[in-house]
Amino acid sequence: MKTLVDHIVKVGIADLKFAEAPMHLRTSGLGSCVGVVIYDTRLKIAGMAHVMLPDSTSAKKDNINVYKYADTSLPVLLQTLLDKGAKRYQLKAKIAGGAQMFSFSSTNDMLRVGERNVVAVKQFLETERIPIVAEDVRGKSGRTIEFSTETLLLNVRTVNQGTQDL
Amino acid sequence: MASIETLTPLQLDVMKEIGNIGSGNAATALSKMLNKKIDMHVPSVRVVDFEEMMNLVGGPEEVITAVFLRIEGEAPGQMFFILSPEEAESFVKQLTGIDDFSVVNNPDNPMALSALQEIGNILAGSYLSALSDFIGGSLQPSIPLLTIDMAGAILAEGLLEISQVSDYAMVIDTLIDDHEDEGDPIKGHFFLLPDPDSFDHLFDKLGVNDE
Repeated sequence: MKTLVDHIVKVGIADLKFAEAPMHLRTSGLGSCVGVVIYDTRLKIAGMAHVMLPDSTSAKKDNINVYKYADTSLPVLLQTLLDKGAKRYQLKAKIAGGAQMFSFSSTNDMLRVGERNVVAVKQFLETERIPIVAEDVRGKSGRTIEFSTETLLLNVRTVNQGTQDL
Repeated sequence: MASIETLTPLQLDVMKEIGNIGSGNAATALSKMLNKKIDMHVPSVRVVDFEEMMNLVGGPEEVITAVFLRIEGEAPGQMFFILSPEEAESFVKQLTGIDDFSVVNNPDNPMALSALQEIGNILAGSYLSALSDFIGGSLQPSIPLLTIDMAGAILAEGLLEISQVSDYAMVIDTLIDDHEDEGDPIKGHFFLLPDPDSFDHLFDKLGVNDE
């Protein structure tokens, strides 16, 4: 996928960004984190969230970064799209990430966070009735994802498992 | 409570000193393995946010070789030892003589991977034993896990515990110098990420807790 650098909106860790056609949204190095794209198929506007953790109730401090948690980031993602004029029935989602980078045989819940992130994200999208039209989740590989608001394709790149458009 | 965002220069110095001692132990072990003179330096101890941490190793998409250990015991936390692909390949060559090992193109060499795991193990173990001597308590490293993948994907894993209270981590840089004329010394990044609750305990034991 060839794109001009100035067409790319970078989404950091625990971050949330929006873009309109023909811009691309991109986030790099997803491991157990999950990248969530919600977009309006007609208006061609999209938002991408890079969530680290499933649930903000586990936070041990008050002023949290709401973009870090699936349960606080995704509502903002959805609401902002609606505020921008997106129609609920035109919304679709694509998700990637939630890998388990290290195969510990530990009971530590933290090490299964990829799986928990995937579950939390899917739960939110199901509750809001936003269909997940493509996904590349779990596994053991880090992923870099780039979403084109023009083609509505999600490009997923890995180090050893190649590249695919979803 | 001592928090990583408000560490004093003295507290950072103490962590650096522990790094120096740990590196000394590690250099001895490493020079026995390689059968040559090895110097190790600890150039800096820093507190960085997540993005900076990624940038230290070339950005979240950069392919890195990482040895990851979980620390259990008195001051739980995690530890990463990180080498760039070139450094990892150079190290494998020096240790095992394997010269066609490539982190990206030809990574399926059990001997090479095992060598990399071992360097991480030795360095982390040396650091931990220095640290546990200092605090007079015990720290046990888990079995080291080697992963080669994107930096962001690997490092985020170590940030999970911390990220519940803070957006910062402590980084201890090390330099491994084998005194050979060709090329630069192998630069290894050592990331020590004490669990949030561990700082207080550590600094209490070290006698540098401010409160």
